[in-house]
Amino acid sequence: MCQIKIDPKRCKHCGICIAFCPQEVFGADCRGAPVVERAEKCTACGLCVMRCPDFALEVGEKGK
Amino acid sequence: MPGLKTAWKEYLEESMLPHMWCPGCGNGIALGALTRALAELKLPRHKVVVVTGIGCWGKADDYLSTNALHGTHGRALAFATGVKAARPELTVVVLMGDGDGATIGGNHLIHAARRNIDLTAVVVNNYNYGMTGGQVSATTPAGAITSTTRYGNPERDFDLCRLVEAAGANYVARGTVYHVPQLDRLIRDGIAKKGFSFIEVVSPCPTHFGRRNRLGPAVQMMKLLKERAVHVGSAAAKGGELPEGSFFIGKLAERDDPDFNTSYEKMRKKALAKGTESS
Repeated sequence: MCQIKIDPKRCKHCGICIAFCPQEVFGADCRGAPVVERAEKCTACGLCVMRCPDFALEVGEKGK
Repeated sequence: MPGLKTAWKEYLEESMLPHMWCPGCGNGIALGALTRALAELKLPRHKVVVVTGIGCWGKADDYLSTNALHGTHGRALAFATGVKAARPELTVVVLMGDGDGATIGGNHLIHAARRNIDLTAVVVNNYNYGMTGGQVSATTPAGAITSTTRYGNPERDFDLCRLVEAAGANYVARGTVYHVPQLDRLIRDGIAKKGFSFIEVVSPCPTHFGRRNRLGPAVQMMKLLKERAVHVGSAAAKGGELPEGSFFIGKLAERDDPDFNTSYEKMRKKALAKGTESS
């Protein structure tokens, strides 16, 4: 289980984190913004943080 | 010293966020890769100069906490050459788009490579002039629609990596904003390499190029990058011809020719010695 933080002030709803998370951790709300739906599946690989064009994501280390 | 996982944030001017780029623009991803590369090399911020020109990617210096020099359109490499020649101890990174760096500033690009001056150029290629309304650039593929080629581009595009390699750069690589861990490494190695380093970053412009060419939203354009990029060391790359629209990614060329500052210093010493002889 990892702590995933989404900054709503920075997120522009591009959908990249939702589409490319290898574990499909994210779902979308009605406006297309990401929501953490399956936090228990997150492996803290960090790919979503690296691919987020808006610096809106933060993922804690595994188990934190 | 914080771990690499957060050290890159030191190079990011977080107070300037959210940035000005459109939703799904790859510039933010390229900026993240650059900050991680700087963090991995543990370069002190005051020893790094980021030189930019005009364009969407040219705004990247606003979001960096390093030194910055924001020049005129297409001339970033000329300013950067001056900085490096005067202050060789600084690490100089030049950020340009395909319009800025390869179209308006194309001549500076080939001559910086020929001089082999110790700069790192990170050129984000989104196949058009994004900031001014999606006009055709020197990297727009033949047949592609832009605001100034409404019926398709009649011209051929430049392969920037081959151009810069032929002009004499010490390090030439291409990455995409989809293949992020690799992009971090390519930028890092380019900065660490002495001589002119060139990294082309293929990136989506969903607002102009994507919309006009019906390539879909950002997610769709990222999938295209995933499908079309062929790793230079892969079996498919060695197999022969690339399929239409595909391109190689990875380190494409590396050599160890002397850089401009080293050659200049040698020449200067020779001239000084001659001066003492004659007096």
